[in-house]
Amino acid sequence: MKRALTAAVTPGGSRRATRRAARGTTRSAVTAVSAALVLAATATACGSGGPGGSGSGGGRVTVWSLQDTALNPVQKDSISAYNAAAKGPRVSMQTFVNDPYKQKLQTALGSPNAPDVFLNWGGGNLSTYVSSGDVADLSADLDAAFRARFLPSVLAGGTVGGKVYGVPMEGVQPVALFSNKDVLARAGIAAPPASWQDLLDDVDAMKAAGVTPIALAGSQAWTELMWMEYLLDRVGGPQVFANIQAGRPGAWDDPAVATALTMIRTLVDRGAFGTNYGSVGQDSGGADALLAKGRAGMELMGSWEYAGQLATAPDFVQQGRLGWSAFPTVPNGKGDPKDVVGNPSNFFSVTAKSGERAAAVDFITRTVAAPSYVKDLISIGQVPAIAGIEEQLRTGPNAGYTTFVYGLVQQAPSFTQSWDQALDPATAQTLLTNLQKVFNKQSSPGQFVSAMDAA
Amino acid sequence: MSIAAPRRGDGRPGALWAVPALLYFALFAVVPMALVVGLSFTAWNGLGSPHWAGARNWTRLLHDPQLAQSLRLSALLTAVTWAVQTLICLPLGVWCAGHQRSRAVLSTLFFVPLLMSSAAVALLFAALLDPNFGLAHTVGPWLGVPDGNLIGDPHRALWTVTAVITWQFVPFHTLLYQAAARQVPVQLYEAATIDGADRWRQFRSVTLPQLRNTVVTSSVLILVGSLTYFDIVLILTDGGPGTSTRILPLHMYLTGFSSFDMGYASVLAVLLLLAGTTLSLLVVRVTGFRRMASQREGLS
Repeated sequence: MKRALTAAVTPGGSRRATRRAARGTTRSAVTAVSAALVLAATATACGSGGPGGSGSGGGRVTVWSLQDTALNPVQKDSISAYNAAAKGPRVSMQTFVNDPYKQKLQTALGSPNAPDVFLNWGGGNLSTYVSSGDVADLSADLDAAFRARFLPSVLAGGTVGGKVYGVPMEGVQPVALFSNKDVLARAGIAAPPASWQDLLDDVDAMKAAGVTPIALAGSQAWTELMWMEYLLDRVGGPQVFANIQAGRPGAWDDPAVATALTMIRTLVDRGAFGTNYGSVGQDSGGADALLAKGRAGMELMGSWEYAGQLATAPDFVQQGRLGWSAFPTVPNGKGDPKDVVGNPSNFFSVTAKSGERAAAVDFITRTVAAPSYVKDLISIGQVPAIAGIEEQLRTGPNAGYTTFVYGLVQQAPSFTQSWDQALDPATAQTLLTNLQKVFNKQSSPGQFVSAMDAA
Repeated sequence: MSIAAPRRGDGRPGALWAVPALLYFALFAVVPMALVVGLSFTAWNGLGSPHWAGARNWTRLLHDPQLAQSLRLSALLTAVTWAVQTLICLPLGVWCAGHQRSRAVLSTLFFVPLLMSSAAVALLFAALLDPNFGLAHTVGPWLGVPDGNLIGDPHRALWTVTAVITWQFVPFHTLLYQAAARQVPVQLYEAATIDGADRWRQFRSVTLPQLRNTVVTSSVLILVGSLTYFDIVLILTDGGPGTSTRILPLHMYLTGFSSFDMGYASVLAVLLLLAGTTLSLLVVRVTGFRRMASQREGLS
């Protein structure tokens, strides 16, 4: 999901707001120049390598991170505390706007302007940097005791080929099933669906009660992708997508892919998403409003949904009408019902060329799991990927929800990264387009598979 | 300044006057165009350095399954926006050219969309087109779409986008026609009245011929402009649902900036450049606009 690129759940829904603002600026900037011009202009701009990197070495550790109004002050506090205590090189942080960051990072990593420590999204994104030899292997630097401080399924997101390249530095963002308890009650549904059959029954019950069973922002295909990600994991287990991500020939031909798509078609044909989901947007708040206003019963969304609803519909959340649950189980599925999908976390990695490698590692190990940093993350509404913080969460704000998210991730045997982040950009594009066609009944599961085979 | 001094005899400024414009044009148009042509022969994902790819991107053009649809959608969008906008703007512009106060007030209102950036227009309509909470919920049933699914339906999306583009650009072209209609010498109408021409006849025999050059200007702007529309489409549909609104410029943009395939995106950019230039030359030539013949010979 695109959302993944922004920081994390922040109270007051600033995540969504920044995301939307970032999008707006990028697009209006783009419109200022004719399309052909943009292409060429970007070409020259990128070719020059880009200024701004302060370079590695020279007794200073440069950290690159994302602009995030809630997180940045926490990071700054953590860095000042580190600088005050450490005797080695001083640490300084530079922050970047989300959308251009990915591009800047990839241009800079191989250049002399590379930072020492950089934020990345782990998984497929990190592994492209690793395979080009730009990231330092931290396996030897991080002892077992340090690794044990993180939730295993999240730390796995920073691990490539059995070696640790990234350390989680933010909260977790699994996808969960959200619901409007009032709507469920009105349709005579006692609890959120625990199994596929429950889900189908609930869809029928809500349709009979005259509401859209599931809110879906079908104009933005990444919201539809969440259904595919969970269904494939439940049906075929995490290995099916692991094969796809590894680019194994015929990986899309796994029967589990067609099965998951057929289940999606079942939902669509049953009217689970209503009829006009194709016009509903996520960035515009269209799907969230359906849930909050009781016009829809459920919505599958990333864990930031809670903060988003808290910001736009505070009464809905504070009066306890927003419900949340794990994705339903699937009969005869190979996947563990405890598996989750979404965005494991954002990670800090060290560049291979860093002249201050030891200091960079020291900075990471002393800050990202430090009690004060973890406490600050919780205070801004995040659920850190740190082991054994149940008690801390239980006494913190929004405890009912944060402990649910924490438990979801803590118990997950596998945490599959959002596919559009995990796959290379071109494949991700093809995937989103073709999946949207399945949701719109323009493509059959078979056509989807052959289109992805050809991609 | 001596540079600015007119040359002896012809009374026209020297070639040096054109230098700033030429420099600007070279830097921001010619150089990028040359770079795009160069890039079209490389494989580059936007990171590191481009690698030479020979003609591979160009041969791919022949096998791109999306290209035919994108071309068709672009052609359709171009034709429809041209027809709809000309049919609306010409009469509206002529009407607005009247000096009555009511017309002046309404004309001012018509021009409001002109003040908004494309991104603002697109975001505004994105909210209006929400089928549950937006205007689409009310308007949809009138249009025979009870569930308001206008922008999200594969068959209606392009028409919805066309409507939004029309809403944005009608004021500009109306302004062109209004200005041109006001330039028509009043003597022509007086003469026509004396000859017994009614208002419809005056419109056909005086106004329309006098607006000929404006029709050409407006058409070139619409036709060539529609080849580069993509901001509105990008924000409203991102080319979706599926690929139902993936017009050629958007196909280029998504290939370049979402799939990070700059080489092939450059091929598409060159294609657009050629199409735009050809179309503009064609219109100008076919209409005889190049001759710059006066429509008012004999009038003082």
